[in-house]
Amino acid sequence: MRRRCVITGMGAVTPCGNDVDEFWNNIKNGVSGIDYITKFDTEGFKVKIGGEVKNFNPEQYISKKDVKRNDLYSIYAIAAAKQAYDMSGLKDEEIDHDRFGVIVGSGIGGLMTINEQIVKLVEKGPSKVSPLFIPMSISNMAAGNISIMFKAQGISENVVSACATGTSSIGEAYLKIVDGYQDIMIAGGSEASITPIGVAGFANLTALSTNPDPKKASRPFDKNRDGFVMGDGAGMLVLEELEHAIKRGAKIYAEIVGYGSSSDAYHITAPCPDGSGGAKAMRYAIEEAGIKPEDIDYINAHGTSTPANDGAETASIKLALGEHAKKVAISSSKSMTGHLLGAAGAIEAIVCVKAIEDDFAPPTINYETPDEECDLDYVPNVGRSMRIRYALSDNLGFGGHNAVLCFKKWEGR
Amino acid sequence: MFERIREIIAEQTGKDVEEITMETNVKTDLEADSLDLFQIINDIEDEFDVKIENVEGIETVGDVVKIVEEGKKD
Repeated sequence: MRRRCVITGMGAVTPCGNDVDEFWNNIKNGVSGIDYITKFDTEGFKVKIGGEVKNFNPEQYISKKDVKRNDLYSIYAIAAAKQAYDMSGLKDEEIDHDRFGVIVGSGIGGLMTINEQIVKLVEKGPSKVSPLFIPMSISNMAAGNISIMFKAQGISENVVSACATGTSSIGEAYLKIVDGYQDIMIAGGSEASITPIGVAGFANLTALSTNPDPKKASRPFDKNRDGFVMGDGAGMLVLEELEHAIKRGAKIYAEIVGYGSSSDAYHITAPCPDGSGGAKAMRYAIEEAGIKPEDIDYINAHGTSTPANDGAETASIKLALGEHAKKVAISSSKSMTGHLLGAAGAIEAIVCVKAIEDDFAPPTINYETPDEECDLDYVPNVGRSMRIRYALSDNLGFGGHNAVLCFKKWEGR
Repeated sequence: MFERIREIIAEQTGKDVEEITMETNVKTDLEADSLDLFQIINDIEDEFDVKIENVEGIETVGDVVKIVEEGKKD
């Protein structure tokens, strides 16, 4: 019999709150975490808004010295992992460290460090570049740090698939557990790309909203959507093999029952407009769960608020779910958090687990004008109490990556 | 000058400014490794507009102050 994988811990550092409870409470109530960028002077930038992490104290999680030795993306990852580990109730002395792994990704890695050190190189010369430049900026260092922190001596990897990174990382970690390679995994994604070079790059790609109103700019599935809003933060899960979790009496928050992954193999930044690639990933996840499309109650959509994504994603959902697409509740939490790139799938997995736990579908805020291309139920503006037994989390990344997770309510063995 | 150097060293090593005196050993008392020392020297060079060559000879905070003072005279 195939092993089963359950979620026993969660941690979040987001624009909408620096722990899971605060984050979920804001998402449930449609509270936006997007505001004017404060991390750098946006004079001369086309885009001046973002979903920054606020009131975050890194020294709550690591020493002052380590704060200086890590990029913010890595610090967010460590903080979220620490929260998830504490929530899981795992005890170091009871863990088989060789069976404890980490798969944590980041879409870009330490972009602020790269930005600052290149300025240093150009302005002051090569001898002034920090010896910590490389370890601080490489995108595997979040995974490396988390393994070090918990002495997790099993698999330690950085799975990167742009904006699908969080979902791919959790999906790959889930496979490591069900396939028998590991018993405990910390999995998720982290990002801190609100930086001068990041904002300029995404803005010139015309991927970002140029709406100056921070509370209104991210409007997934709305006809007047004009791009995404960048966000910073991290989400982490503790995944555990079912028997391992039961044996130690752990509280189980939900089960992962399916993971689907595919490639559009179409274009570097645009999704295939017919949504066929995304639909395949959804179908694979549903099939692996051994359920029918009609069993899906809620979908946390990628819903970036770009004209291209939301149309193609709607087409994907219709292709994968058929007639049931019209009945399923769909929402995009990016309307509140902005787009956390490599961390998006990770914090959205947490939204799915909480939605299942509370039987509550959170809203898509800023939904004002219906779009004929996006004609499904996006839970507009106000969340909804409803029975949620199965939920999908959908994420798509530049490069044509599609990744989907299927979560199930924990109803006992 | 000592005040500013002390601040730079405290910032990089994560120690309190008060802990640092002229006699403090950078490596043993402050647990600074070669990476910290590189960063400290870098920041001091920028702050005082000097070039520090003989990093190997540095043991105490007093050594750092002396090197900067000598560099300023040149």
